[in-house]
Amino acid sequence: MPTADRRPARGPGHSSDFEGVRLHVVTGKGGTGKTTVAAALALALASGGRRTLLVEVEDRQGIARLFDVPPMPYAERKVAVAPDGGDVLALAVEPRAALMEYLDLFYKLGRAGRVLERIGAVDFATTIAPGLRDVLLTGKVYEAVRRRKQGVAVYDAVVLDAPPTGRITRFLNVNSEVSGLAKVGPVRKQADAIMRVLTSPATAVHLVTLLEEMPVQETVDGVASLTAAGLPVGGVIVNQVRDELLPGPALTAAGKGALDADGVRQGLAAARLVRGDGGAAMVDGLLEEAGWHSARVRLQRREHRQLKQLGHPMYSLGYLPGGVDLGGLYDLAEQMCAQELA
Amino acid sequence: MSPPRAAAPDRLSLDALIDDPGTSIIVCCGSGGVGKTTTAAALALRAAERGRRVVVLTIDPARRLAQAMGLRELDNTPRTVKGVGRKAGGSLDAMMLDMKRTFDEVVEAHATPEKAAQIRANPFYDAMSSSFSGTSEYMAMEKLGQLRAQASVPGGTGDRDWDLIVVDTPPSRSALDFLDAPRRLSSFLDGRFIRLLMGPAKAGGRAYLRVFSSAVGGITGLMTKLLGAQVLKDVQAFVAALDTMFGGFRDRAEQTYTTLQADGTAFIVVAAPDPDALREASYFVERLSSEAMPLAGLVLNRVQTTPLATLGAERSAAAAEQLDEDGEHPLTAVLLRLHADRMRRVVREQAVAARFTAAHPTVPVVRVPARAQDVHDLVGLRGIGEDLA
Repeated sequence: MPTADRRPARGPGHSSDFEGVRLHVVTGKGGTGKTTVAAALALALASGGRRTLLVEVEDRQGIARLFDVPPMPYAERKVAVAPDGGDVLALAVEPRAALMEYLDLFYKLGRAGRVLERIGAVDFATTIAPGLRDVLLTGKVYEAVRRRKQGVAVYDAVVLDAPPTGRITRFLNVNSEVSGLAKVGPVRKQADAIMRVLTSPATAVHLVTLLEEMPVQETVDGVASLTAAGLPVGGVIVNQVRDELLPGPALTAAGKGALDADGVRQGLAAARLVRGDGGAAMVDGLLEEAGWHSARVRLQRREHRQLKQLGHPMYSLGYLPGGVDLGGLYDLAEQMCAQELA
Repeated sequence: MSPPRAAAPDRLSLDALIDDPGTSIIVCCGSGGVGKTTTAAALALRAAERGRRVVVLTIDPARRLAQAMGLRELDNTPRTVKGVGRKAGGSLDAMMLDMKRTFDEVVEAHATPEKAAQIRANPFYDAMSSSFSGTSEYMAMEKLGQLRAQASVPGGTGDRDWDLIVVDTPPSRSALDFLDAPRRLSSFLDGRFIRLLMGPAKAGGRAYLRVFSSAVGGITGLMTKLLGAQVLKDVQAFVAALDTMFGGFRDRAEQTYTTLQADGTAFIVVAAPDPDALREASYFVERLSSEAMPLAGLVLNRVQTTPLATLGAERSAAAAEQLDEDGEHPLTAVLLRLHADRMRRVVREQAVAARFTAAHPTVPVVRVPARAQDVHDLVGLRGIGEDLA
């Protein structure tokens, strides 16, 4: 793995805004890069010789693609190494397998489990029954967070690549719905225990967004609904932030179409991109692009202000010009450590 | 099917599609966050202004887009959109899907008032009608069926004068959910487990009973142990109350499915030029073809464009560096860097799109350039409509 000189800065004295958080839930509108951010966060949290588990629950095999490994079975597997000995393990939770495991664990079912499967009860539970699928998924995450070996937590942190913002509150809150339906019994007890962890300071729900209108609006709505449900909002992670290359006055001028066209033409001539009196088309093209850039920057600033008003800590991740690959993940992990998200 | 070609794909002409009076249903599919709703709205508006009488069903529109169409509340009723050009004789109605209310309507349509009240009072009904996995897909199909039944299209009564229905699909984790969820629901409703829950009497003939009677006792005991007796009782009561409606559910799901395969229906797959969205689009295209459902083409949204494609990223960046080194023309250097960034994105997006086209050479594609701002008025929708044309 290409880890040689990419070392997330997480030395002994490193501090994080989320010290003590064991479960990091990462949500975001579709297309904002939530899986990428979750993976980078798992990597960042593993640095310093720690051990993290990255969990996906949406049947998409997004983790396998991101880390460039074959599709994941229902098992925890090492997918990356932080340079100083930290490990990132990953798990793609599959509801049917999670249900059988759950039944086996708690009820030693054996043959009865197979009968359930045959008569369609497993189908019922995993694809159809109200929210049961989400109960199983959150149950598995809860188990991983709580798992201990010889008195020591197996994972320092669990990062959940969660369903998108529009469904996150319902997803995390599903166990309180169960509590409403099942008044007694082991399912009820389990549901209550899961809700206690999810609403505790050991959990943080991070929202990934872009500086665009719809993702920001969804983030604002998401924060409101999480807060109303008593779920702990962590950070707002702004992804794919692009540098503002144009200095202030030039940015304003670009927006008004008032940049110095003649100066630009001379610049292009100095760079030997145009000759003599030519290059009008190139000048126009560059000025038009500058105008678009200016509009984009103004929009970004406006959206940023709106996010800031939420009052939750904000983190910015730079746009990866080369697209997302393994190197890009380490890059993002480094940015997270530097901003003390991890 | 036409033979595969190596050259660039055909350009998708959506004007030809919406101008064809034979087109009565257009379904916009794709994974979440690719601009499906906006595409559906823009297409519906364009069709209306070109003379079609359109109703558009949106699922979860952004607030400002909904406002642009005069949809202030989620009330499940098509309303006329104001400000639509009527010179060509067309009109546009729009509605937002209210999943819960649609479910209520289905229950009311299929059960006696007494049964309907029973169903709605059951604690499981609320969970099922709002969080049931696949409910929104099923309800979108149900609503499409209802709109079609009233419309002036083949198979409709003509109570409403709509001759084109444009449908947005739910923001599912996968575009395939739209096709799969309704079937999953009806197969569940036919399932043995349900019959089992309703008690031995419904579990089929006597021979069947003998084989399963021991299992039934065991299962019921197990469920009681897991969930508590009261939950099981609630589930049983709920399933028993729904029993009368099962046939209706299944028939309607099947009917709508058949409609989707009929002439007059066209699927439009919407994607953004990133690998994930296009992979989803690929799955969906393959699935449509294996289900004999008519695909019109791919809408590639938010494509980066440049007026200066002849100046490559490398050359532009190198020139910027040269200017920096010379300490001259800092503004030009910045503009060249901006252009280099843009060109890198343009090239990467083209590569991703080319992979899709290589896999699906016969699927026509139309590109919609990225905009600086989201669309939230009819003017903006018209702009997108022109790009789609």
